[in-house]
Amino acid sequence: MTALRRLFFFVVGLFLALPLIVVAGVSINARQTLAFPPQGFSLSWYGQIFTNAEWRNALIASLTLAASSALLALLIALPLAWFLWRRIAPWANIFQLLGVAPFTLPPVITALGLLTFWATTGFYGQPWTAVISHGIFFVTLPLVTLSLGFSAIDRSLVEAAATMGADDRTVFRTVVLPLILPYLVSGYAFAFVLSLNEYIVAYMTVGFTMETLPIKIFNALRYGYTPTMAAVTVLFLVIAAVVFGLVARFGDLPKLLGAMSDER
Amino acid sequence: MRREPPQRLADYGPLFFPAGMLTVFFVVPFATMIAVSFFQREQGGFYTAAFVFDNYARFLSLFFGKVLGFSLFLAVAVAVACVVIGIPFTYLLSRSPRKIQIVWLVALLSILSLSEVMIGFAWSTLFSRTAGITNLFVWLGLMVQPQALTPSFGAVMTAMTYQAFPYTVLVLYPALVRLDPTLTEAARTLGASPVKAFFTVVVPALRNTILATLIMVFIFALGSYLLPQLLGRPQHWTLSVLITDQAIYQSNMPFAAAMAVFLVLVSLALVGLALYAGQQRQAK
Repeated sequence: MTALRRLFFFVVGLFLALPLIVVAGVSINARQTLAFPPQGFSLSWYGQIFTNAEWRNALIASLTLAASSALLALLIALPLAWFLWRRIAPWANIFQLLGVAPFTLPPVITALGLLTFWATTGFYGQPWTAVISHGIFFVTLPLVTLSLGFSAIDRSLVEAAATMGADDRTVFRTVVLPLILPYLVSGYAFAFVLSLNEYIVAYMTVGFTMETLPIKIFNALRYGYTPTMAAVTVLFLVIAAVVFGLVARFGDLPKLLGAMSDER
Repeated sequence: MRREPPQRLADYGPLFFPAGMLTVFFVVPFATMIAVSFFQREQGGFYTAAFVFDNYARFLSLFFGKVLGFSLFLAVAVAVACVVIGIPFTYLLSRSPRKIQIVWLVALLSILSLSEVMIGFAWSTLFSRTAGITNLFVWLGLMVQPQALTPSFGAVMTAMTYQAFPYTVLVLYPALVRLDPTLTEAARTLGASPVKAFFTVVVPALRNTILATLIMVFIFALGSYLLPQLLGRPQHWTLSVLITDQAIYQSNMPFAAAMAVFLVLVSLALVGLALYAGQQRQAK
């Protein structure tokens, strides 16, 4: 059974790793050819991301968008999650539903809705519209992690603080915030990484005025191949692995993903 | 400080910003899209406010029927493939040591968050003539000459399964971790082989979870818009591709909006079904 299990894990792992191995391989080709196994060795394509003005601008655009839209998502999710935890107001769950909806529906729907909206209001193509669009699109992630964080708070702690005379604001600052901080950070991390990689919403809202890295790769694909795309793919994979690795290191990843905390 | 209903206006304070943002930037755009789906298209990519059903009437064409049929078929095929591989995989994963679980979860999350553009690019490289997997087959003596495997249905299907697999595992994970281990232990004590215990105890116990997961993955696959474009032929285009194409390249916003509304209705009906299946699970 153990041998069978190992074999099964190996096959699935191979399936998941194979395209990435090939991409990592072609990203270190010495010349600008699509060849595997790589011919020669060169890290110049990774350098291109930072030295070539077009790729660098796309990288900066992507990082700026991801950092600011994840912050916006957090600013929307935090007061909402707090309110739902603090108050008994069943009708307010509608906003929770609205927060989860963009993520559950096929993304092209949110993208098209925002495209018609920005076109109608006349702001189509402005870089800040992408920040709002991504902020709304990814609000689900901090909302889910924060709801989990709030539900894990022992209410007797909060009651003790209130009995000692702390008001809502003090309780939030001294008791609640430290307890939900890991969930706050992981919610931001999830939204950041996904925004970095997101294509369709960014493309439909600011695709003609601003190039994020996924948009840049897609546009470059149409004109042929350059190993820089492979280098960017590897870079993004590493960023995601590092971020989620850190979340796992400092938080409880199995619990965040729905497992019970004291399992195993 | 117990949970209590809001009493003063100030108690609603924290709700103002989130509610405002979600209303203005999600509900209103959604409503705009629905309104545009009834608008009249003008020459040159513009449209005027109207209330016509022309955009919906176009659904009755053979072309649209084919695209819809193919989209649904592809999404079903991807969902079935993912769930069939995903259930035994997630089951074994949930019974692995915690450290191994975390390594896999980080890897799955990283792949899940990888841009669809990059997944498409990675698979088109793996399926290419010069750098692709066929070179390995030639080296092993299975093939005479390397060849390109795209564009083809197989390429679209494989890449979409790749994209949806991490999602499937993460949807199944909570239910499988919580599955009572004594269930299989009992079956094993009574003499069932591990494989038999899996099929006769685990699978039936998870019937509703499996159904809900199938639906969730189906909707996820329905949303794939780049892979059919990058790896398939025009006949492999799905509804999501068609919506993007109409909105951006054909500048026919009303028709794109009408198709999007249709896609929402299909998805919502299925989400409802998934939630219902999930509730049945809880009721047990």
